[in-house]
Amino acid sequence: MTTETPRGLRRLWLEIGYSVRGFFGTFGAGQLFLLRILVNMPYALARPRLIIKQVYVTGVQSLVVIMLAGFFVGMVLALQGYLTLSRFGAEDTIGMVAALGLVRELGPVVTALLFAGRAGTALSSEIGLMKATDQLSGMEMMAVDPIKRVVVPRFLGGVIAMPILALIFSAMGIFGAWLEGVIVLGVDEGAFWSQMQAQVDLREDVMSGVIKSFFFGIAASLLAVFEGYNCVPTAEGVGRATTRAVVHTSLTVLVLNFMLTAWLLGGN
Amino acid sequence: MQQTRAVELGTGLFVFMGILALFFLTTRVTSFDAYSGDDGYQLTARFDQIGTLKTRSPVSISGVQIGRVTAIDFDVERLEAVVTMRIASRYDRIPSDSDASILTAGILGGQYIGLQPGGAEEFFQDGDEITFTQSAVVLEQLISKYLFGQGGGGD
Repeated sequence: MTTETPRGLRRLWLEIGYSVRGFFGTFGAGQLFLLRILVNMPYALARPRLIIKQVYVTGVQSLVVIMLAGFFVGMVLALQGYLTLSRFGAEDTIGMVAALGLVRELGPVVTALLFAGRAGTALSSEIGLMKATDQLSGMEMMAVDPIKRVVVPRFLGGVIAMPILALIFSAMGIFGAWLEGVIVLGVDEGAFWSQMQAQVDLREDVMSGVIKSFFFGIAASLLAVFEGYNCVPTAEGVGRATTRAVVHTSLTVLVLNFMLTAWLLGGN
Repeated sequence: MQQTRAVELGTGLFVFMGILALFFLTTRVTSFDAYSGDDGYQLTARFDQIGTLKTRSPVSISGVQIGRVTAIDFDVERLEAVVTMRIASRYDRIPSDSDASILTAGILGGQYIGLQPGGAEEFFQDGDEITFTQSAVVLEQLISKYLFGQGGGGD
């Protein structure tokens, strides 16, 4: 008993030390990976067809998910807003509430989370499988840098697709809010739009949402390709890398969201 | 080749939808801001007290918004606040003796500049200064004046 406690404590400290080291190691490796991607950017930009293909894979194929999610998020915002605001006789403002919530926060954040689940997993498992089946080493053998050929176009595709998806999400959400608020709950249509237009600012709200989703696109795409590229090249390793990509992206997006909001809307 | 065509078409449609969404968000959801562009002309006005007036606060005449506050500065020589505003160019026939006052929208609303048209034959030009101004009313000053006045009257 007396010898057990120090050993347990020591082990705990070791575990903590290892995980802290692991965290910073991965963090640093991620930064270096981003640097490598940026250095190899010109090569990929000279081959826009590869990027277009990836915009298609990450953007167009996530479109239905994003649109449906945005639609229902908008509807529930209008419904919740109505139930709360009608107590104060302010149900006319649900257009504003829904639009501000969507454009500023829910559009970029929920899109990024869905993007991590839909496109991020596809990216990391694809790259991971390429690694596991020695396709990446095959490319290297043919003197083709897999970073240039495989990683950078996927990264760029994600970065381009994300703000567009977030904009579509917000627009669909506002459509959903309009449908629920005006058609179903009977809020006055003129008040719905005019309250929205009076309170939503182009630069402060819409543009801050676009800037946010751009950064989320960088984070989500980087984590997805990074985890895929650095996975253990086995069936289990690919699965683990995919899971890690989703979990890390979700956490990163939520943390980043707070910091970006503080930066964009904080000082005045 | 067919595959590439479909991918390009899909991507094109996707980007187009994004632009459409952005267009929708800028025109339908926000009030399209006609006062922030380069068009229009600039006016300045000096106030002793501007209250909580901020840049981008509206400038209105008879309740109709005609421009925005673009800059607020403090003149250390004359110890006054200098407010610069930009008025949309289609409102170019405002008499040059109009006066500007800082008003509050509603009880809790933000402050804005209200112009009261004068009777002069000449109109404001770009870069003109509004000479007749009325400062913002600060609630604390109003209350203390009232209390002070009450005390003095009762004595």
